[in-house]
Amino acid sequence: MAPKDHNDAFVAFDRVQKTYDGEQLVVKDLNLDIGKGEFLTMLGPSGSGKTTCLMMLAGFETATFGDILLDGKPINNIPPHKRGIGMVFQNYALFPHMTVAENLSFPLEVRDISRAEREKKIARALDMVQMGEFGNRRPAQLSGGQMQRVALARALVFEPDLVLMDEPLGALDKNLRERMQLEIKHIHETLGVTVVYVTHDQSEALTMSNRIAVFDDGRIQQLATPDELYEKPENAFVAAFIGENNTLRGKVESVDGAYCTLQLADGSRVQALAVNIEGEGAESTLSLRPERVYLDVSSETHDNIFEGEVRELIYLGDHIRVRMNVCGNDEFVLKMPNDSHARRLSVGERVQVGWVKEDCRALDPS
Amino acid sequence: MAQADASMELDNRSGGSVEKMVTADGLPLKTSLRRAERRSKLFAFALVAPLLGFLLIVFIFPMAQMMWRSVDNPQIINTLPRTVEALEAWNPSAEELPPEEAYAALNADLAEGLERDRGAIGRLQGRLNNDVSGARAAVRSVAGQAGDRSEPFKDKFIEANALWGEPAIWRVIQREGRPLTASRYLRALDREYAPDGSIQMRDEGQRTYVALFMRTFALSATILGLTFLLGFPISYYMATLPMRYANLLMIFVLLPFWTSLLVRTSAWIVLLQQQGVINSTLVGLGIIGDDQRLSMVYNMTGTIVAMTHILLPFMVLPLYSVMRGIPPSYMRAAKGLGAKPWTAFRRVYFPQPLPGVAAGGVLVFIISIGYYITPALVGGQSGRMISNEIARHIQGDNPGLGAAIATLLLVCVMILYWVYNRLVGADNLKLG
Ligand SMILES: Nc1ncnc2c1ncn2[C@@H]1O[C@H](COP(=O)(O)OP(=O)(O)O)[C@@H](O)[C@H]1O
Ligand SMILES: [Mg+2]
Repeated sequence: MAPKDHNDAFVAFDRVQKTYDGEQLVVKDLNLDIGKGEFLTMLGPSGSGKTTCLMMLAGFETATFGDILLDGKPINNIPPHKRGIGMVFQNYALFPHMTVAENLSFPLEVRDISRAEREKKIARALDMVQMGEFGNRRPAQLSGGQMQRVALARALVFEPDLVLMDEPLGALDKNLRERMQLEIKHIHETLGVTVVYVTHDQSEALTMSNRIAVFDDGRIQQLATPDELYEKPENAFVAAFIGENNTLRGKVESVDGAYCTLQLADGSRVQALAVNIEGEGAESTLSLRPERVYLDVSSETHDNIFEGEVRELIYLGDHIRVRMNVCGNDEFVLKMPNDSHARRLSVGERVQVGWVKEDCRALDPS
Repeated sequence: MAQADASMELDNRSGGSVEKMVTADGLPLKTSLRRAERRSKLFAFALVAPLLGFLLIVFIFPMAQMMWRSVDNPQIINTLPRTVEALEAWNPSAEELPPEEAYAALNADLAEGLERDRGAIGRLQGRLNNDVSGARAAVRSVAGQAGDRSEPFKDKFIEANALWGEPAIWRVIQREGRPLTASRYLRALDREYAPDGSIQMRDEGQRTYVALFMRTFALSATILGLTFLLGFPISYYMATLPMRYANLLMIFVLLPFWTSLLVRTSAWIVLLQQQGVINSTLVGLGIIGDDQRLSMVYNMTGTIVAMTHILLPFMVLPLYSVMRGIPPSYMRAAKGLGAKPWTAFRRVYFPQPLPGVAAGGVLVFIISIGYYITPALVGGQSGRMISNEIARHIQGDNPGLGAAIATLLLVCVMILYWVYNRLVGADNLKLG
């Protein structure tokens, strides 16, 4: 679904910059191609410029520099109401003085769609989000999840090709959020509409997206599919932001093709995949997923073997989270599956831990 | 309350079937609840009691007094009891004078009144004069020698003052010889009793109050419209500004509250009078000739301009507070859904501050219809409002009529408030 090249993109940000105050760039040199039918998520911490990007795409903010193209045409000078983009706001923005059905009718009325046609579309859209019974209610009479559904239906009812969602599930509780994530994902798959989704919740992004653009400090740090993003982070920020991560800092001692050896602060040497390092002698951050660290393994199968001391055990049902001191790092975490032959550990115990060098990525120093 | 709730734990452990729900200390649940609520009610009452007392003394009591005065009518029945009795058999609609006995009774009443309480005669004169012009002089001309006068009273009365030879004054004595009267209300509605006792409109030239009521409503509606037209955009703009700038603007809107009435009024006069700033500027710019100077003060224009200025904050405050609470995302959502900016404003934004508009509108209108001082100062003759008339009568010789007009005004306000409550709901009244 990702576009083959820049010309194939349905939505394209081309060297876009944005400043609100003329002093600070909130979006710095954004280049992003989104394919037709794609579910692309902008993921990043609060203040990283995600909403700003979405608002520029919707037409509520103007880009300070650069072009935004929709279906190959620059839209910088097209006012929002002519862009035909569906949008779901974080606070839903359902019109409080209109019923649910009237809310859905609004985008159809301004498009001069006949009454009969309107009613058909409204019914279909409400059924799609399982809100068929609620057409006569006012937004104030709905729960958060129901308002969310109505907002979604309203953004889809006029059949836009592109739908933008700005943290639409932010106000819901965890269970409902997870259910809605799947529902939105299924609606996207059924309708084939292009979705640009903004969230700061990495698990939400991983669950729903075709591709994820990780934002930090007004830049895209990495643009990749969820599995690639998790398994192959390209820099320390992405590694730390997506999923749980062990971070070890050291200096590159030697580079050998795709691999390298790092010396950590306590003198221990670690072999790793050379992903994003400047060369021998440079500082680097090692990223290692906790579930790729194993107990009691031999140096024949695992490249890195160290002794660690158990500091804390957290029982999480399906697995046990073990915090240990490894290579002088007190925050080293591994996940021990809670299966029938799981080993019983106790705090203070010294154990052998090991991992393979492919799982350990040497990244930029930050 | 919270404390009381906490102590009302249900005791369901003892025995399977509990007949009455009781609290931990064995009291029935209902009793406990009532006791807890009584305490909070007493507390609430203690909080409002001082205000209630204050209102009772300075507001409700005087209001009741005013309404009483509009119907209170003791002067004739107290001073002329025999006359009223003697007139009972008289047919007022036949164009003839009462019999000699009535004149004799009047003479006796006057003689006794003179002896007992001179002030009562004075009040009687005033009261009769309210309904029949010239009655004051007529009573005065016969009261003085009442003690010495002998038969035939009728001829002597008519000789002393021709008014006694007309049925009109006798009709008034007969009709108004009761402790309560509706005549002031009739008068306040430009109506009067016909000789046969039915109600009719007063002569064209004597009608005043209905037209004045109408003018008051029209002026108030105009002022309401102007405050809305001026207040809506400024409130909208303030609601979109950052707090800091919005507060600065708010100061300008509230300025009329903080300037003394006289300063404000003189400012308007300086600005609006024929030799004033606006006229001089227009003449100076050649827009109007020196002989075409506009008269904008001491007339209706003056009242409208000055009252709009003074009442603007009553519109802006509720509007602004409602608009502050409307997030900009609604307009964005509307535009995003394909509505042109004007459609988005009209259909999505505009209906939302309507409770604020209604609150401000009711305030402005109610305050305007009772406004007194500004029309009195800059309104001239054509800018007078009903309250100026009320003041004139209350300070003048017919306080009962003033009270009747004031009561009618109060009823109007209450009807307005009732309509407003039905349409918008008083709980939607948002005031800053
Ligand atoms: N309307 C605005 N005026 C000025 N600064 C803004 C405005 N909106 C956002 N910003 C600033 O731009 C930066 C990015 O904001 P935003 O795009 O909302 O980030 P995100 O949605 O990723 O949390 C923040 O530092 C924020 O303070
Ligand atoms: Mg945001």
